[in-house]
Amino acid sequence: MSDRGRKPKNSNANSMRSGQASALSVSGVSFSYGAVRALDDVSFDVLPGRFTGLLGPNGAGKTTLFALITRLLSQERGEIEIAGRDLARFGSAALAPLGIVFQQPTLDLDLTVRQNLAYFASLHGLSGAARTRAIERELDRMEMSGRAGERVRVLNGGHRRRVEIARALLHDPSVLILDEPTVGLDVPSRAAIVAHVHALAQERGLGVLWATHLIDEIEAGDDIVLLHRGRIVERGPVADVVKRTGAKDISEAFDGLTRAGAA
Amino acid sequence: MSQQAPAYVSALRGVVWREALRFLQQRERFLAAMVRPLVWLFLFAAGFRAALGLSIIPPYQTYITYDMYIAPGLVAMIQLFNGMQSSLSMVYDREMGSMRVLLTAPLPRWFLLLSRLSGGVFVSILQAYAFLAIAYLFGVDLPLWGMVTVFPALVLSGLMLGALGMLLSSTVKQLENFAGVMNFVIFPMFFASSALFPLWKIKESSVALYHICSWNPFTHAVELIRFALYGEFNGQAFVIVAASFAVFLLAAVWAYDPSKGLQTRGGRG
Repeated sequence: MSDRGRKPKNSNANSMRSGQASALSVSGVSFSYGAVRALDDVSFDVLPGRFTGLLGPNGAGKTTLFALITRLLSQERGEIEIAGRDLARFGSAALAPLGIVFQQPTLDLDLTVRQNLAYFASLHGLSGAARTRAIERELDRMEMSGRAGERVRVLNGGHRRRVEIARALLHDPSVLILDEPTVGLDVPSRAAIVAHVHALAQERGLGVLWATHLIDEIEAGDDIVLLHRGRIVERGPVADVVKRTGAKDISEAFDGLTRAGAA
Repeated sequence: MSQQAPAYVSALRGVVWREALRFLQQRERFLAAMVRPLVWLFLFAAGFRAALGLSIIPPYQTYITYDMYIAPGLVAMIQLFNGMQSSLSMVYDREMGSMRVLLTAPLPRWFLLLSRLSGGVFVSILQAYAFLAIAYLFGVDLPLWGMVTVFPALVLSGLMLGALGMLLSSTVKQLENFAGVMNFVIFPMFFASSALFPLWKIKESSVALYHICSWNPFTHAVELIRFALYGEFNGQAFVIVAASFAVFLLAAVWAYDPSKGLQTRGGRG
């Protein structure tokens, strides 16, 4: 049996398991670039307070999915709800509870850390004392307060990523999505950011969707959605996926599911 | 929208502030923006001053020198180049990713693009006033009160040229292709206009060129500014510039619609 065509065992298993309202719900989403199908009937939920790893090899469709969730691309089929608001119906207003960290760096290199954050805060309706408080809070949380006055150009890759995460949290979102945020970082920076976002999910009750092809960024207690060639081949808590696939760990399950699908 | 008004105001202020900040930090850009029209004014216009005779045409009440004639055209040229610079900056922002930050804000895309446009217009007006001040100080005879009456014309012409730049930025896929914009948009628009020569003078040499210049929206931006500098309102120029602005802006908003797949260059992951 081809894993590529295999349907996950439980539809929207996460939300059914807990009975919680989803922070992010993706249902029956498909998308094509011309004749090339990039996503095919993708459905999953991200729960509040949970870290959900969106796993998949390069070209699996993760970035396309992110572009659809952030409205950089328009949905062709399916529904996306952010904190209960349907993206197609509410349009850009549905993006308000969403914090986004793109794969590509998006900071303005010639502005200071604080200026970058102030610009973003203004786009989300924060001004005056509320904006200043939010900037101080998030810089402090990411241990970047001491660098606030420096131009982004002088920061290393790990620190730039921290600033981007701080920026994504300024408006107190209920969902945080990150598209391969550790690409290009050294091992210590990568580990620090992975640990930090895990802690954020728990402490703030954030629903986190973390796209990656690096399996070691996923912890045992996380949920995963495994995307391969535009289709979901597995999803659910890590322990359940490992058990279902008969693998000894999530790394072996990932290899098996993506290798079998590629054959 | 009334409940969301503070969010709109905050975003508009934020975008304009960012554009102004970037401009102030790029001193070379300011110098380049000033040197170009000043070279035209003090070298080109000085040479033509003796060679070119200008009859009395509205809004002028008497014979004028060539540097007086060319000054409004050079103000419009500053705005034309600034519109294209802003367009280049949007292509750069798209390649560098920072355009995504703007386009994923929880406000309508048309408003975000209009805010970005307003930021560019603000910068172009700063440059235009700096040029007018230098020209005045070096003896170009411009009415002082014209500095006030020209303001609305600068806003409208800046919006029109900025919207054209925004539309172009949606069609230019790579920074490397931007040189083509210079050759095919800026130079023809500038030279086929009334910026350097009055239309009647152009008609004397070529009727076809006269018609091309008459249809060029940049000609009308120049005339709008020229009349406003002397406290007069050119209704025809106003209508054409306003209509061109509306068309360019609508086309740019359409081109930046997510269903057009603007961000597909980011690749598939």
